[in-house]
Amino acid sequence: MQNNILNRRKFFATALAGVLATSLPFPAFALTEAGAKQLVNSVVSDITRVIDSGKSENAMIRDFEKIFVQYGDVPIMARYALGADARAASASQMRQFTKAFQGYISRKYGRRFREFIGGEVTVRNARKIKAGYEVRTSVKLRGSSPFDVTFLVSDKSGRGKFYNMFIEGVNLLLTERTEIGAMLDARGGDLNRLIKDLNRSG
Amino acid sequence: MSNRAFFKPLIVLCTLTILSACASQPQDAAARGEVFDPYEGANRSIHKFNLGVDRFLFRPASKGYVKIVPDPMVTSFSTFAENISLPGQAVDYLLQGNPKQMGNALLRFVVNMTVGGFGLSAPADELNLPPVDTDFGETLHVWGFGEGAYVELPFYGPSTTRDAVGVIINLFSNPINFTPVRPADNLGVYAEVVRRMGDRGRFSDTVDSILYESADSYAQARLIYLQNRRFELARDDEEAYLGLYDDPYAVTGTDPVRDPYLDPYEDPYAE
Repeated sequence: MQNNILNRRKFFATALAGVLATSLPFPAFALTEAGAKQLVNSVVSDITRVIDSGKSENAMIRDFEKIFVQYGDVPIMARYALGADARAASASQMRQFTKAFQGYISRKYGRRFREFIGGEVTVRNARKIKAGYEVRTSVKLRGSSPFDVTFLVSDKSGRGKFYNMFIEGVNLLLTERTEIGAMLDARGGDLNRLIKDLNRSG
Repeated sequence: MSNRAFFKPLIVLCTLTILSACASQPQDAAARGEVFDPYEGANRSIHKFNLGVDRFLFRPASKGYVKIVPDPMVTSFSTFAENISLPGQAVDYLLQGNPKQMGNALLRFVVNMTVGGFGLSAPADELNLPPVDTDFGETLHVWGFGEGAYVELPFYGPSTTRDAVGVIINLFSNPINFTPVRPADNLGVYAEVVRRMGDRGRFSDTVDSILYESADSYAQARLIYLQNRRFELARDDEEAYLGLYDDPYAVTGTDPVRDPYLDPYEDPYAE
């Protein structure tokens, strides 16, 4: 019951936000440097809460998927990861691929988060880049020297969301594009087969 | 002894010749984040060989090592390997014309070797000095040598022609190798192998996911190495660092690697 009420309320709020956004002549919530930092702080604290919850791995992965959808611009990430093939894909294929990509990323990286138990994330600074803001953080894991994790945040989707992440300079989106490209090649370029298999991998 | 003294400059000369003769990457290609891999066929064979070495030797040995040896000891051995490399890093900083970091490396070495109990811990970390992390590949970078071609080295893994030269030079460039009181020849190399075993064992799930679960582990390892290496070398150069960003919202072009789509802001759900 509690859940239902919450969902309805959230639905109402989202609908209201949508109406407001479309009725205003300029973007309703232009992304600011502080907003970009805030977004990264929220992502980090939500992920930390899940890691510390002590739930089963599968339950955690479901929670990560929710966080990913809430704070990440999943459609643009999926589209970039698919690369040139996204142009040839039909709307329904893109929808299915985006959904499969979302689950695949959540499982693949959700499993890795275990290694982050007890880790500390410090938001260091933010600065303007072409598409929005770059927010640099420093991650300190137990028994290792701190490393650099950078989030790229943009409001081009209509809301402030992160669209890429760099771990010590390694571009996750580009890494996934290479991986998805190799998976597609291994399936003779058959996007439908890739979608089917992606739903099971990660 | 005299043989050794004769050989060293020869090795340096040879490697520098190799470096200049090697296929070189078109200007700025590295800055645009591209991959230059003219030896892909040979590299892929070596990758296959390295996977075999990992699967049957390095992976089981590393997993056994971190299982048997208590965690704090694994950390100590890794710290020792890093500490013993510090004089070599000081030499590289000197060659890079960076006396500040050279002093930093030497200070860390002295503190960690004494207060840190023969280098088994790193109390110098508490001094709030900037991190020390360099090698001869970086020295060559500072001297203006380009990245060169991507190469995968047997047993060692991903590298570039420039960094491979650095790896070879660094085998000899640590002054520790010349001290009369050194406990063993090539101590640094053995310590480095142990350090790598610690990392391989500790992060075995992550490494396994790249090496064994990826659709193309060669391409993944190549991309991850090159990006991470370029990031390390560009760390102090804000402009070069920003240049690494590809804007998925605005990219255009025809290169299949970077390609993208014409207007990323067309709604992927529309139609």
